[in-house]
Amino acid sequence: MRTLYQLYSLKSSFTQTRALNYCGRTNMLSVHLFVHPSKPTAGVGLDTSCHMVRGSQSTQREEGDLRTSLCEATPILHGYFRSSCSWRVRIAFALKGVEYDQLPVNLIKDGGQQLTEEYKALNPMQQVPAVEIDGTTLSQSLAVIQYIDETRPGPRLLPADPKARAQVRMISDLIASGIQPLQNLYVIQKIGAEKMQWSQHFIDRGFQALEPILKQTAGKYCVGDEISMADICLVPQVYNAERFKVDVGKYPTIKRLNEALLEIEAFQVSHPSRQPDTPDDLRA
Amino acid sequence: GRPILHGYFRSSCSWRVRIAFALKGVEYDQLPVNLIKDGGQQLTEEYKALNPMQQVPAVEIDGTTLSQSLAVIQYIDETRPGPRLLPADPKARAQVRMISDLIASGIQPLQNLYVIQKIGAEKMQWSQHFIDRGFQALEPILKQTAGKYCVGDEISMADICLVPQVYNAERFKVDVGKYPTIKRLNEALLEIEAFQVSHPSRQPDTPDDLRA
Repeated sequence: MRTLYQLYSLKSSFTQTRALNYCGRTNMLSVHLFVHPSKPTAGVGLDTSCHMVRGSQSTQREEGDLRTSLCEATPILHGYFRSSCSWRVRIAFALKGVEYDQLPVNLIKDGGQQLTEEYKALNPMQQVPAVEIDGTTLSQSLAVIQYIDETRPGPRLLPADPKARAQVRMISDLIASGIQPLQNLYVIQKIGAEKMQWSQHFIDRGFQALEPILKQTAGKYCVGDEISMADICLVPQVYNAERFKVDVGKYPTIKRLNEALLEIEAFQVSHPSRQPDTPDDLRA
Repeated sequence: GRPILHGYFRSSCSWRVRIAFALKGVEYDQLPVNLIKDGGQQLTEEYKALNPMQQVPAVEIDGTTLSQSLAVIQYIDETRPGPRLLPADPKARAQVRMISDLIASGIQPLQNLYVIQKIGAEKMQWSQHFIDRGFQALEPILKQTAGKYCVGDEISMADICLVPQVYNAERFKVDVGKYPTIKRLNEALLEIEAFQVSHPSRQPDTPDDLRA
């Protein structure tokens, strides 16, 4: 059991990312303690993994409230191993060195677990990913990625220069608005029998536009020589292209970039073949 | 030189950029691209050089050419003074992007001209389906995030995306009355000058029969 003073002094022993989350939790903790002046040492504390230790004086309700506040220091990703949008978020977390938990949502099983009322409460659009982070729930992978970039230390996911940043967003949006939504599960289920042809068409169309753009913007990576959100979007989209039997060899810059990026640990550890919900026959 | 917007009066994505320029008080020129005439002027080799995706808008600005309306809007926000188009607070900013992306990735691309041309005869039904689906998700989200505007009480990129999408919904005969928060926000935003001066009915390429 620790007092508020001792909790603050723990901050320095955490990694930087944990400390950022931890500050928020400590603020909430302090508010909560002062709500109960009759219990100056409200019997709750934290062990070093942010798990609450039950004390003798606090009520179960106080502990429940604090548990929700405190134990959610670790972000939770609701995603699917093979969802390209979920993979984008996994890459971002990996690049930033942020630990997170996964609660898989199987898009096929039980008619699609994204269609449950529970999941709808997390994301009314009934799609993955959704991310619980810092006491809020966010959907739309690029909104999540930029939030992570703006609140976590580590390598930038978008460049400092405004023009380069605009190019990163342009490339990301070309993929995230111009290609992926036209070949995601929901749409191809509506298209029905011609879904292979339909998906190939939209991926080819997008890659035909992306190839000359990348020829202009790319250095070592999509925009210049630093990994960015554009790279985060590219690799999962190439994976999708291959699933739909698009010949990515027609797009030499895309091919080259994809190969270079797949060498990077963050892109490997987050790969669909290595996730908690990866089926055995697809596991790396 | 002044920025140049290559757009179309009735393109919702072009309208988003027009709103952003107006909110920031940035003067710009327009070079209209008629998406219907001549088989679609966006399909010329000239336009393809500006935007290989062969869509509007494309914006020539500060010596570079950008496409993708949200990339353009955030570039304008980050390089021009005037009211912020995204809030300072990271969580609120994430909500603005989430709402913008729900519209710009989750709704509009499923009902844009290129796609509905491919869908063919069932395009009305198809478009209504995707707009309704998106608005059904957006309504509860906005109930949580909205104050006077989509996110809190300041106009943001989310509002910039919402109004043109409601215009599209009306073109496809979606009953927006089913979405009271969307309806309320749209009406409040249409009172604002930046949303009026940029309206499809007031552009250089607006046909006479649709002109305000």
